[in-house]
Amino acid sequence: MKMVMAVIKPHKLDDVREALTGVGVAGLTAGEVKGFGRQRGHTEIYRGAEYTVSFVPKVKIEVVVADNQVEAAVEAIQKSAQSGQIGDGKIFVYDIASAVRIRTGETGDSAL
Amino acid sequence: MLRARTIGLGMGALTLFTAVPAMAAEINSGDTAWIIVATALVLFMTLPGLALFYAGLVRAGSVLSVIMQCVMIACIASVLWMVVGYSLAFGDSVGGWVGGLDKMFFQGVGTDSVNGTIPEIVFAMFQMTFAIITPALIVGAYPERMKFSAILAFSAAWLLLVYAPVAHWVWGGGWMAAMGVRDFAGGIVVHATAGVSALMLAKMLGPRKDFPNHLRPPHNPGMTATGAAMLWVGWFGFNGGSQLAADGGAGMAIAVTHISAATAAITWSVIEWVKFGKPSLVGAVTGVIAGLATITPASGFVGPIGALIIGAAAGIICFYLVGLVKNRFNIDDSLDVFAVHGVGGILGTLLLAPLAAVSLGGGGQADGVSMMDQLGVQALCVAIVIVWSLAVSYVIIKVTQGLFGLRVDPEDENTGLDLPSHGERGYEL
Repeated sequence: MKMVMAVIKPHKLDDVREALTGVGVAGLTAGEVKGFGRQRGHTEIYRGAEYTVSFVPKVKIEVVVADNQVEAAVEAIQKSAQSGQIGDGKIFVYDIASAVRIRTGETGDSAL
Repeated sequence: MLRARTIGLGMGALTLFTAVPAMAAEINSGDTAWIIVATALVLFMTLPGLALFYAGLVRAGSVLSVIMQCVMIACIASVLWMVVGYSLAFGDSVGGWVGGLDKMFFQGVGTDSVNGTIPEIVFAMFQMTFAIITPALIVGAYPERMKFSAILAFSAAWLLLVYAPVAHWVWGGGWMAAMGVRDFAGGIVVHATAGVSALMLAKMLGPRKDFPNHLRPPHNPGMTATGAAMLWVGWFGFNGGSQLAADGGAGMAIAVTHISAATAAITWSVIEWVKFGKPSLVGAVTGVIAGLATITPASGFVGPIGALIIGAAAGIICFYLVGLVKNRFNIDDSLDVFAVHGVGGILGTLLLAPLAAVSLGGGGQADGVSMMDQLGVQALCVAIVIVWSLAVSYVIIKVTQGLFGLRVDPEDENTGLDLPSHGERGYEL
């Protein structure tokens, strides 16, 4: 099992969800986060005064998939979250040691 | 009273006409109804209008502290006004300097006493709402860093020592009224006093720790716009009610108020659009407030063309003053009380002299007074009120500092004042 974690633009969340379900992913976890990368931050102007916003709002998604699904899931996210502009985000893949479905006690791939 | 009025009307127009002096002391139900409504509108300006306007501009961790400051200042000003403030402003004049103590606890201000054509209790309550919003305006000078105890002590003393005497001078039959100064709804009494006192307090209190380069942006501009919209609506009562009658003068006051607000917002937005590439909501509603503050003293004297000129002047001058105060004077008048209210009030007080011209749709000058004479009186009175407000505020702030201290703990300032000062927070995050 692998975890695919991605930080994406907030308005791309629905597209990513659609793409992931299209390749057979059965669930994902999403959260609002702030961060910076090459995009750095931006400035906002209120009453003529400039405010530097150094952390940009992003959405972080986490999906755990079977080993044979990883490639498809990463590709689905990469394509659906892409706008071509700076700040599209990043995708990371981790190894997962185990998984348990709380309701039934199933473990491993069948828990996903 | 109602019966007396019915009889009066039944006697016919001729009798009415010849009986004007006797009628003058009678209560007019239309006027009374309008001033009761206007009283509610002006209270609505502070709670929740001004509270939301300011609360949206601070950090999320200080949102409740700003609203709380507005609420408690409103309550304290209300009680103080009943106890002694009204009497100091509108009691029998002691040499034109201050009202006597004859109306303490609203003594003699019952259902039967009359001010013009409305019951005096209605007049006293209408004036109370002005006494509420004026110290509350100063909240914008010190958010996110001033001790709550010091805020309450300063506001209470300020109401009685700065606001009440100036209200007496201008509106209570005091010496400025005798000079013929014109301040329809409070350019001098409300906005100049609050604006320059805010500047003094911001200077003495010192800036927010992140001022000027590391400040967080306003946490909820939508809240600010909501509050500004409430202020705008409430201002119809502020200026229209200051006519103290339900008549064409009140209607014209509301018309010029509205035109000035709209014009100033357009002006402010155009400046932002040209200068920064984007017109902002915060800028637009700040323009609205600048236009409203600036037309306030003039709203009973100018016409629609005057209102256009005042609105445009407010948008331009207040916009540049915001930058001047923060960047050049380096004073953290955090929510721009001086640049918007103080400068607007002073500007309107001066502009009303030339713009009262009949050729611009205004009501003209007072009988036997030239425009230049009026302008001179306006400038002199506003200058004296500025000096008075600065000097008395300085003393009040020094005494408050000695008694309570002015600033919160630096760590509390980092947190935002909601939890440290009030034990609650606006948002569960």
